Amino acid sequence: MKARHLLQLLPALVPFLAVCFSVPLWDRVYPLVLGLPFNLFWLIVWIPLSSLCLWASYHLRQRGRISPSPPGKGLPE
Amino acid sequence: MTPSAVAIAIIFGTIFAGAVTGLWAGRRRQMNLEQWSVAGRGFGLILVWLLMAGEVYTTFAFLGASGWAYSRGGPALYILAYLTLAYVVSFFILPEIWEAGRKFSLHTQSDFFLQRYGRKSLAALVAMVGVLFIIPYLQLQLTGLGIIVQVASFDGVGRTPAILIAFVIVAGFVLSSGIRAVAWVSVLKDSLMLIAAITIGIAVPYKYFGGIGPMFRMLLETRAAHLTMPGSTPDKGHAWYISTVLLTSLGFYMWPHAFGSVFSARSGDTVRRNAVIMPLYTVTLPLLFFVGFAALLIMPGLKNGDLALLLTVRQSFPAWFLGVVGGAGALTAMVPAAILILAAGTLFAKNFFRPLFRPAMTDDQVARLAKVMVVAITAVAMYFSIYSSTTLVGLLLFAYSGVTQFLPGVVFGLFWKRVTATGVFAGILVGVGCALLLVVTKHDPWMGLNAGFVALCLNFVVTIVMSFATRPQPDGFAEQVRTVAVVGDAP
Repeated sequence: MKARHLLQLLPALVPFLAVCFSVPLWDRVYPLVLGLPFNLFWLIVWIPLSSLCLWASYHLRQRGRISPSPPGKGLPE
Repeated sequence: MTPSAVAIAIIFGTIFAGAVTGLWAGRRRQMNLEQWSVAGRGFGLILVWLLMAGEVYTTFAFLGASGWAYSRGGPALYILAYLTLAYVVSFFILPEIWEAGRKFSLHTQSDFFLQRYGRKSLAALVAMVGVLFIIPYLQLQLTGLGIIVQVASFDGVGRTPAILIAFVIVAGFVLSSGIRAVAWVSVLKDSLMLIAAITIGIAVPYKYFGGIGPMFRMLLETRAAHLTMPGSTPDKGHAWYISTVLLTSLGFYMWPHAFGSVFSARSGDTVRRNAVIMPLYTVTLPLLFFVGFAALLIMPGLKNGDLALLLTVRQSFPAWFLGVVGGAGALTAMVPAAILILAAGTLFAKNFFRPLFRPAMTDDQVARLAKVMVVAITAVAMYFSIYSSTTLVGLLLFAYSGVTQFLPGVVFGLFWKRVTATGVFAGILVGVGCALLLVVTKHDPWMGLNAGFVALCLNFVVTIVMSFATRPQPDGFAEQVRTVAVVGDAP
């Protein structure tokens, strides 16, 4: 149970790394992308990508619920 | 008709349409406390999405985000990041909160604390702190609505009367409807808001600079430093950004009204799927940043950045369009304000006043007291909006430094057996106290960090230490948790 919960957390950590902790790496103007300063562009791109990460978490969870639990584990959930 | 008459007429027409939608949606059902505050727990994916989305597009995003893009620059980007991350956080904690809500028929955040920790004083403290920090958020909406009336009337209506008008509109709207009405008005509000944001976000840069790219190139020539952190502020660098994004994204669902809105969902899975699509809702937000940046080139030197978007619209479009944007803006203030006031009124009556002073009150009497509180709380917020000059974003950040202090109590309540009521009580007191102290003594940011975040860290430490220092207590959610584990948590 615990292990699968942690697994679901993994895709969710990605957006935190990408838009929060890594700010010194992307907070700059150049290169301009599609006419946008790089920091603004980066944050915009991560809006749909964060959705995608959550979608991955959701599916990890669903799969864990339907298929039998990993060996040595109890009931799902 | 003069331009101001046209604009004002369209704004009030929109407000009227919103109010009628609300009345229509509210009339079809009997309004008891359960219906008025959580709509009988019957909202599906679409309505929950609308209700929660209704909370994103507030005056804060509309006038505040563009205002900070104008006056602060780079640091305003925290808004894009925190909204996205708030949904990531919600994916994990909201379904658990919903589950507890269903099992113990909880209505409010304070009910959650009472059930989990079994201590009345803690529940009352949570209700009180919640109401206290809803006030600046409400103040933000009233100030925004006031700005709209003021600008649309071409300054014919001054700031104070404009805020008074805002107060009457908001209080009237809430009293005539409940949460179901609010969700339906959200539909109207979001459609208008989308049209307004897309039109002005694209049209303004094209009209003046021939495109979004050329606009940024021109900004780079003249104000390059404005676009990155710390922008046009001396003290909002990367440490501030990280601590602020953490504070606000973790605190997003600690808002009593947001917390309560979870209970109106039909199932935990609805909430989870909702979280997956919610980030997409913020996709139009950058357009509002574009307007703020454009305004910096078109009309530099405004004293109040929060006026930037509307003044730009007024200068660039015919009066009727100012009316449409103003109308959309008015709804984006009214809907969240209504949600906030409903939550605050219910919290005060049900979780603070009744348990402490009149345990014998019936649900109907509680509902009536909640309605009286609607007027009282809105009046207090109005008082502050007339006499304060904090930016809209500044107000919200202050409010966040307060409500996020609920986080340890909620998260530990769900996931840590050893936490105790005393630990949480002490944590909230220390957290709120520390946040207030730092803000009032003008130590925000403190050592480069957001004051609310510093307070939150202290809160966590105090909660943990005090929990270990006090005797273990039973987990108010535990009994039922075991039963459900056997049955499975399928909705």
